[in-house]
Amino acid sequence: MGTSFQTIIYEEAKGVATIKLNRPSAYNAFTEGMNYEVTRALKQANKDPNVRCIVFTGEGKAFCSGQDLQGVDESTNHATFLRNRYHPMLKAIKETPKPVVAAVNGTAAGAGMSLALACDFRLVHSNVKFVSAFMSIGLIPDSGFIYNLPRLVGYAKAMEIAVLGKPITGKEAFELGLATEVVDFEEWNEKVDAFTSQLANMPTKAIALVKRYMMDSMHSPYEDMLDKEAQAQRIAGLSNDHQEGMQAFKEKRQPNFQGK
Amino acid sequence: MSNTYIESYVEDQIGVIQLNRPDVLNALNRQMIGEIVEKLEKYDEDDNVRVIIMKGNARAFAAGADIEEMIDETPLTMELQDPFAVWDRITLINKPIIAAVNGVALGGGFELALHCDLIVSGESAKFGFPEVKLGVMPGAGGTQLLTKAIGKRKALEWIWLGEQMSAQEAMNLGAINRVVADELVVEETFRLANQLKNQAPISLRLIKEAVKVADETPLMDGMKLERKNFYLTFASDDQKEGMKAFTEKRSPSFKGV
Repeated sequence: MGTSFQTIIYEEAKGVATIKLNRPSAYNAFTEGMNYEVTRALKQANKDPNVRCIVFTGEGKAFCSGQDLQGVDESTNHATFLRNRYHPMLKAIKETPKPVVAAVNGTAAGAGMSLALACDFRLVHSNVKFVSAFMSIGLIPDSGFIYNLPRLVGYAKAMEIAVLGKPITGKEAFELGLATEVVDFEEWNEKVDAFTSQLANMPTKAIALVKRYMMDSMHSPYEDMLDKEAQAQRIAGLSNDHQEGMQAFKEKRQPNFQGK
Repeated sequence: MSNTYIESYVEDQIGVIQLNRPDVLNALNRQMIGEIVEKLEKYDEDDNVRVIIMKGNARAFAAGADIEEMIDETPLTMELQDPFAVWDRITLINKPIIAAVNGVALGGGFELALHCDLIVSGESAKFGFPEVKLGVMPGAGGTQLLTKAIGKRKALEWIWLGEQMSAQEAMNLGAINRVVADELVVEETFRLANQLKNQAPISLRLIKEAVKVADETPLMDGMKLERKNFYLTFASDDQKEGMKAFTEKRSPSFKGV
């Protein structure tokens, strides 16, 4: 692609685009540059027709420790900060029709936790910790946290996590329904690859339609959703992958989906 | 007359106007508006057409007016040519016009959509009046038609700020009728057009006339016009057919006479 990044590593292989946060000495804390590069990487992955799954992970021990507090002082306007730096990134995650996975390789704190929550799937191992660090510095959990978390774990648990801020281990995250899988630490890379390549070989259009309407269903009337469902199924019904799936079923073989 | 900037065809009693300047996101120039208006008038007179659909392409319904064309205008050249006056002829069309909007409907493009009776939009379509950012303002009905659609306060907010409004927002404010999947905008617009096509054409025509006067005339005048139009439907074969079908518990078949 010829696009160079300073704070992240972007790789594309076998239909999977990996966005690796790459400031290990600062536990991959967000700087302004990193926010913009993540947004740019998401747009690049979104445009690339070869990419059928996007995965976030962190270099080194942490997934992401949230906003780098070096860049925050008494002159900071927190609203402007969020609107300019974080919101484009968070919107890009929801707007891409491709599935986005957070391979949470270590601590996800503050906005790093919010980033993981904004993704469509989360993979963890037993040493991972989610920490909503915001309250301890007198702030509210931001970057989509209070939108996404109650949709994942329900209101009561979300309040506990947001207000009390007790760290959540990988195993607890799985039990709460926050994580799809608790992977053995020794097999981390292989299991993450297996999970993301599984997604990259699925009917990408159908996944996109599910992603598009699943969130809507949380705040739309039933009748509206039934109609959206009919439209989405009409679109899926017109896809090549649907034809392939039907054909493979008839021929009693594994389907070979192309994402079209 | 052959058209340069639009394509048109009639499909099963639905007259389609396809805006066709894809390289400039269907920016509207004067000739293009002229072609649209003439085609609308042709369809309005054509017995084979019951409903009209106006559509753009996947990226744009229409991105606005052709700025190049007006950059050197003076107040007098515009006063003498009065380039926006031709738009008024759209308000005289009697048949239902449905806009099918994908991509952007901005400035003149939004005004064109607002001149249609119904608007079907894709989920990711954007509507807005960016004129203020160019030091001008809407000139082909934007301030009037959007205000009638969504009220003064919201209209001022949108036209002053010049920001783009999402399809869902436009829908919530009552500026458009339906939001559907981007991929199905044309298909869903045809579904709506087909529903309308099967209604009694004279009813549709007289309903359009009555609804349009509702926010322009005093209530009693509007009530009288409605009543006269109601009585007028009894001059049609379709009224006899409609009432007969109702008593016979079957679907009516309307002929438009």
